[in-house]
Amino acid sequence: MTSTIDAPPTPHVNRPFLLPSLYAGNARSVMERGILSTAKTNWLIVVSGFFEPVFYLLAMGIGLGSYIGAIQVPGGHTVPYAAYIAPALLAVAAMNGAVFDSTWNVFFKMNFGKLYDGMLATPLGPFDVALGEILLALARGFVYACGFMIVMQVLGLNLSWTAILALPSVLLIAFAFASFGMGITSYMKTFQHMDWINFIMLPMFLLSATFYPLTVYPEWMQVAIQAMPLWHGVELVRGFTTGLVTSAMLWHVLYFVVMILVGMTLTTRRLKSLFLD
Amino acid sequence: MTTTPLPEERIARLEGSPADKAIQGGVKPRRYGSLYVAETRLRVMRSYLQTMVATGVGTPLIYLYALGVGLATLVDANLGSGGGSQVSYLIFVAPALLCSAAMTTATEEFSYPIMLGFKWNPTFFAMNAAPMRGGQIINGVTFAVIVRLVAQSIVYYLFMLLFGAIPGPYGWLIIVVGVLTGMALGTMLMAYAVRLEEDKGQFNYIMRFGVIPLTLFSGTFFPLSVLPVWLHWIGWISPLWHGTELSRVLSYGYDEPVWLSIVHVTYLVLLIVVGWILARRLAVKRLNK
Amino acid sequence: MISATNLTKKYKDFAAVDGISFEIAPGESFGFLGPNGAGKSTTMRMIGAVSTRTSGDLSVIGLDPNEYGPEIRSQLGVVPQEDNLDSELRVRDNLIVYGRYFGLPHSYLGPKADELLAFAQLTEKAKSRIDDLSGGMKRRLTIARALINNPRIMMLDEPTTGLDPQARHILWDRLFRLKEQGTTLVLTTHYMDEAEQLCDRLVVIDKGAIMAEGSPSALIRQYSTREVLELRFGSNRNADVATQLEGLAERIEVLPDRILAYSDNGDAAMQRVIELGLNPLTSLVRRSSLEDVFLRLTGRSLIE
Repeated sequence: MTSTIDAPPTPHVNRPFLLPSLYAGNARSVMERGILSTAKTNWLIVVSGFFEPVFYLLAMGIGLGSYIGAIQVPGGHTVPYAAYIAPALLAVAAMNGAVFDSTWNVFFKMNFGKLYDGMLATPLGPFDVALGEILLALARGFVYACGFMIVMQVLGLNLSWTAILALPSVLLIAFAFASFGMGITSYMKTFQHMDWINFIMLPMFLLSATFYPLTVYPEWMQVAIQAMPLWHGVELVRGFTTGLVTSAMLWHVLYFVVMILVGMTLTTRRLKSLFLD
Repeated sequence: MTTTPLPEERIARLEGSPADKAIQGGVKPRRYGSLYVAETRLRVMRSYLQTMVATGVGTPLIYLYALGVGLATLVDANLGSGGGSQVSYLIFVAPALLCSAAMTTATEEFSYPIMLGFKWNPTFFAMNAAPMRGGQIINGVTFAVIVRLVAQSIVYYLFMLLFGAIPGPYGWLIIVVGVLTGMALGTMLMAYAVRLEEDKGQFNYIMRFGVIPLTLFSGTFFPLSVLPVWLHWIGWISPLWHGTELSRVLSYGYDEPVWLSIVHVTYLVLLIVVGWILARRLAVKRLNK
Repeated sequence: MISATNLTKKYKDFAAVDGISFEIAPGESFGFLGPNGAGKSTTMRMIGAVSTRTSGDLSVIGLDPNEYGPEIRSQLGVVPQEDNLDSELRVRDNLIVYGRYFGLPHSYLGPKADELLAFAQLTEKAKSRIDDLSGGMKRRLTIARALINNPRIMMLDEPTTGLDPQARHILWDRLFRLKEQGTTLVLTTHYMDEAEQLCDRLVVIDKGAIMAEGSPSALIRQYSTREVLELRFGSNRNADVATQLEGLAERIEVLPDRILAYSDNGDAAMQRVIELGLNPLTSLVRRSSLEDVFLRLTGRSLIE
């Protein structure tokens, strides 16, 4: 052997069965890049995101909860107020994390960082990029959710063993919001456009049976809120953490599965038309 | 350092000279500079008008409805009266919501936009290369934010009337208190932002560990007395707590000693004055390095 | 118009500008030539009354910048190195808003803005966003903005850095017109061709101090030969060959990628190189430029 440097390995490109022109089966590399950049720059910010729902839980659940006491939920059960809003805050945290990662972060990368142009000049396809970014958002959301679950456990707000099922629920919720959020972001051109995302998020956060039951509202408003995704998330997580599990919760799951399918299709199509056409 | 000012007689001798023209050229910028800067800032805000109107109208509507109507059903049903006082939860929480909205807007206006003007799109340096001085730039920016806060608080107040959240005759004064609350935190934040050379997510931390906890633990959604005594200091240092308590006095005659109301006003004004002066000094320093 | 004596600016112990003296006459076009970090921008900012000097004397339009900042700035048009146009405002609004800082009324600013947009060849872009402009357009807009107050003195900090050749020529043309109208131009540059194009007189500045002063042609005459022979022998051979070239020209400079032989007759020098049997890979005879002056004065290239 005379050569001191090994010949580079031949680049290997998967040809997955699905979407061969859009997907190189390498979403992992997109995730690795994301983790690396987070580790190098803003991991503390990422960690700090964990505290926001905890502050809300302490203030609203325990502070305000002392005025409210227990709350009646459908089926005639009563639940302490803190145990009522904690799962809602968990669902909200999943939504916020996923939406932030898939909208603001993606918006910057698309419009300022020009990151995706570089990625798509390699064998990676738009589906790899979309999937990679979304899985990264999920990973982050999952870490928050685990932290929050521990807090809930310590405060005695997990009322049943089924609470453990809240974790996969959170992943499902985050996946749905992230896939949809990224698709929508691909249409955004300016910061003003991005502000409209907050206009949808804020009412959803406050009105989706987060802090009080839907029965407060008139009929038409209940229907409107039940059409929004966050309500399904709140109800799903709440069912598991309070242990009041019903078969109707399958509808929530179905809602998110459909949302994921639509969201992923939208996102992949948009990335393709933005970067490859 | 040789900074001998030009003697008066020499200026007189330069009548009609370039120096004389320069001195004339400096008169208006020196006198009205702050207003010129405010004019620019309002013009910039106009390009965000859509978002601002949507926030200005949407925020009070949603918050007053969600908390003052929705959540109120739980609180009132349980206590008969809200927040440990004699009034309904809507009346209790509404003034806090107005003050908290003002604080949020001020946080927004005095963080990234300041950093933008000094660093990412250094328009403050452009103003300073024109005849504007650092202090005037800070004044102008501050005036423009005050205009926005006043407009936003008026809208909030009108929604409060609509929801029937203001029983007392002096309720309109909480518009002023709201602006003071926003400015108290805002000018301090501005002073910090003026100094900030590099954004490493500091504003994120300030939001997460400053503004959000203040919003939640300043006697906004429930009185400070609910918290354990060792957490009461959060209220005492929080401009939001001082603003909210004062608003409650004005809105529905919340019972507190007069000296405490005086403390509220004094504290808010003090923060504004200190923050403003500090921001002006630091701006001059940064612009004239 | 501007006069400085022993002008000094220190940041802690570091002297960014170290006791420089110069005079700039009305209507003159005056340049500061030097590499990055030489102290050009700091000097410009002191003249522009946005940086307080540490010591020395400075008078701009007969006034002391420390005392009369706004007054002096009311007579200046400043084009900074980094564009600081307001990206939140449209092109034309940038001009109007800037004019307001001088206390100029809207009635004056409207027509003036249109006139300046025409001057900067940006009339069609009046309503565009700043982010949609090319680098050259932005720079032209910044110059138009600086002219909103009919300044007596234009201060240009690296006016064409980062622009493509065509954009540079358009810009030089606009600046030349201003010069013809009698505006005093003060500019910094690290481009020789720019200094030669625009400056009546310049100072070469390095490490905060003035190395030489004069018109571009006078500086070349004084510090360099009429012509330069550039030889390339390949990066491995340059240094070896250099010793054999001694005596063949007035002065030899060995750079990493080439050898410069200074001689009043470049062709004759080339002839001798060939007679010596030193086959260069490439050779070029050119006229001396300010780059050569700088190399002579500091032993370094301007652009490293």
